[in-house]
Amino acid sequence: MKKYEIAAKKVLTPEISQISVYAPLVAAKAKAGQFIILRVDEEGERIPLTISSAVDGLVTVIYQKIGGTTLALDQLNEGDCLQDFVGPLGLPTHVEGLGRVAVLGGGLGCAIALPVARALHEAGNQVDLIGGFKTKDIVILEEEMGQACTDLHICTDDGTYGYHGFVTGKLEELIDSGVKFDHVFAIGPLLMMKFACKLTKKYDIPTTVSMNPIMIDGTGMCGCCRLTVDGEVKFACVDGPDFDGHKVDFDEVIARNATYKEHEAKAKEKHLCRLGGGAMNG
Amino acid sequence: MANMQMEKTPMPEQEANVRNANFQEVALGYTLEQAQNEAQRCLNCKNKPCVSGCPVGIPIPDFVGKVAEGDLAGAYQLLSDANALPAISGRVCPQETQCEGKCVRGVKGEPVSIGRIERFVADWAAENGIANVATAPKNGHKVAVIGSGPAGLTCAGELARMGYAVTVFEAFHTPGGVLSYGIPEFRLPKAIVKREVANLEKMGVDIELDMVIGKVLTITELFEQGYEAVFIGSGAGLPMFMKIPGESLVGVYSANEYLTRINLMKAYKDDSPTPVLHNKKVAVVGGGNVAMDAARCAKRLGAEVHIVYRRSEAELPARAEEVHHAKEEGIIFDLLTNPVSIEGDESGHVQSITCVKMELGEPDASGRRRPVVIEGSEFKMEVDAVVMSLGTQPNPMSYDGTPGLEKTRKGCVQADDHGCTSCPNIFAGGDAATGAATVILAMGAGKSAAKSIDAYIKSKG
Repeated sequence: MKKYEIAAKKVLTPEISQISVYAPLVAAKAKAGQFIILRVDEEGERIPLTISSAVDGLVTVIYQKIGGTTLALDQLNEGDCLQDFVGPLGLPTHVEGLGRVAVLGGGLGCAIALPVARALHEAGNQVDLIGGFKTKDIVILEEEMGQACTDLHICTDDGTYGYHGFVTGKLEELIDSGVKFDHVFAIGPLLMMKFACKLTKKYDIPTTVSMNPIMIDGTGMCGCCRLTVDGEVKFACVDGPDFDGHKVDFDEVIARNATYKEHEAKAKEKHLCRLGGGAMNG
Repeated sequence: MANMQMEKTPMPEQEANVRNANFQEVALGYTLEQAQNEAQRCLNCKNKPCVSGCPVGIPIPDFVGKVAEGDLAGAYQLLSDANALPAISGRVCPQETQCEGKCVRGVKGEPVSIGRIERFVADWAAENGIANVATAPKNGHKVAVIGSGPAGLTCAGELARMGYAVTVFEAFHTPGGVLSYGIPEFRLPKAIVKREVANLEKMGVDIELDMVIGKVLTITELFEQGYEAVFIGSGAGLPMFMKIPGESLVGVYSANEYLTRINLMKAYKDDSPTPVLHNKKVAVVGGGNVAMDAARCAKRLGAEVHIVYRRSEAELPARAEEVHHAKEEGIIFDLLTNPVSIEGDESGHVQSITCVKMELGEPDASGRRRPVVIEGSEFKMEVDAVVMSLGTQPNPMSYDGTPGLEKTRKGCVQADDHGCTSCPNIFAGGDAATGAATVILAMGAGKSAAKSIDAYIKSKG
């Protein structure tokens, strides 16, 4: 197999796909919670993606087609090679000896929550994995998640499958029913993590969030991914991506992540034009 | 008889008001005639004060003499034997504090423009397809170099010349370190960096990209793979911020981020997938070369640009030529000015920067007069971006956890002037060992470390 070759590609939903990339050195070192940075082609942007799994020289990542780069990435198929694939970056998630934990995954965040839940489960913790999706049709990784935890709870916003409501609702329901969580992991959209932290703060449960700010080098050189944690500047790429969710300034990260919104929209439009009139919009 | 012209032979450059809107090289280089005219100003002093000012020990009067005679091939041979990257140092060295600072011609009038002649010779060689890539026969020993910036490339080149099998590990997708991500195209065209790297590859140096040492492989694992010595040239590290309110607003960049987007990721090009904000009015905080580079990039992206620096012009750490060029291009210098906060609008975007005026007091530990706040001088400047260019602190990622490797109080690798560390088989140099400094000092450190590595491997028998 060639360097950075896509060995397998799986479409999970019309918006989300999974690729397994041949990168044996990265695979040998990867741990739950870490990420890679990839480039699609020679002029390409560097984007970070969390490692979903790493076995037999293959590193699996899951992406959502949201911008120019992920759309370009999606044009590649099995047998094609990525330009660059760097990692494993960031610090691994701390999983030892926590006790009873809840792992919250929101949408694409379930792809990141999955390896964290698996690692926690393998480390002997009792794991409730709560995966939230908008609707039944876009539920991903259900089987894999089921194997990675003690109890799996799927939630849908519209009630078409599983618990009707947000992951925070399900978590509160479990807490109210008497489950005593020692730790919560919240992984997903910034707003979901923010509200999960608000809830766990109320119940005084230590909470880890996995932050996904904009990055370039991923090694601490540029400071693009900085966020404020407990009043101090931290770099998500080298100090994280995991942080104490009760201390993260979410509103700041939300604003910073929207820095290039216009550029992203234009890049997506341009890419769709190139593909022929928005055929990928579905 | 030397040419007794008092001033340096001027080097043609792009007009200031043309170049401040493009990213092409500012200084255009000497013609043969201009180079010879300038070379003939050298007095060929017996005690060669210029050489003592050169971190890589170039035999300056000798190669300049060859240029004066018109023997460019001979000049290139002498130059490139001593300096692995002459086209780069000829462009970015702070010659005024080094070789040219010691030049006898500078006592009355201007010193010989050694940097411009160096650049001319290196460019002439490249144009004529001449490269000094001869190496000693392979000696069978393997050395690993971490980082492909000026320290790493120089160390690799020196070792390859001696016959070592050298692998350079670079974290980025492009080699060059600060030469690629930091120094802008208009000051150091990336084609030149590529050419110098290609020359090292011709010498047998293997460059492995996308390799973040400390993450994908540790230094201990490099030894297990059969490398007999490791050189750490991983660069300066994490950008510093001022710890003032508003530093994480949208539109506040570290100079490293701003420059990386523009130089490495080519965000100045319209069709670049990597974005950068195009601002109306930018404050660049700091007074070093990096600050000048960031300011001149912002200008080229269409902004009104202010350098905000807390000391006076005399203390600006940037190369004289950079300050001169920046001024010509219309960068506004707000000296003796220090930011106290950055304010944003309701969406979290930078709206203004609040500064205070300073005056110079008594000299501090650095020997420079300490800036003191003038009470009641606070004022607000409307800006839509701020670039923080305040230096860096060490990034220990590549070497943390290496058994027995000592760090300085600040967290750099502890290394002596020869690049030796507390581990006999680990060497270090450049910003990773000294904290942020210049390209040429990093090159000098890479060169001395190569000598130490050679001595170490030979001593093992």
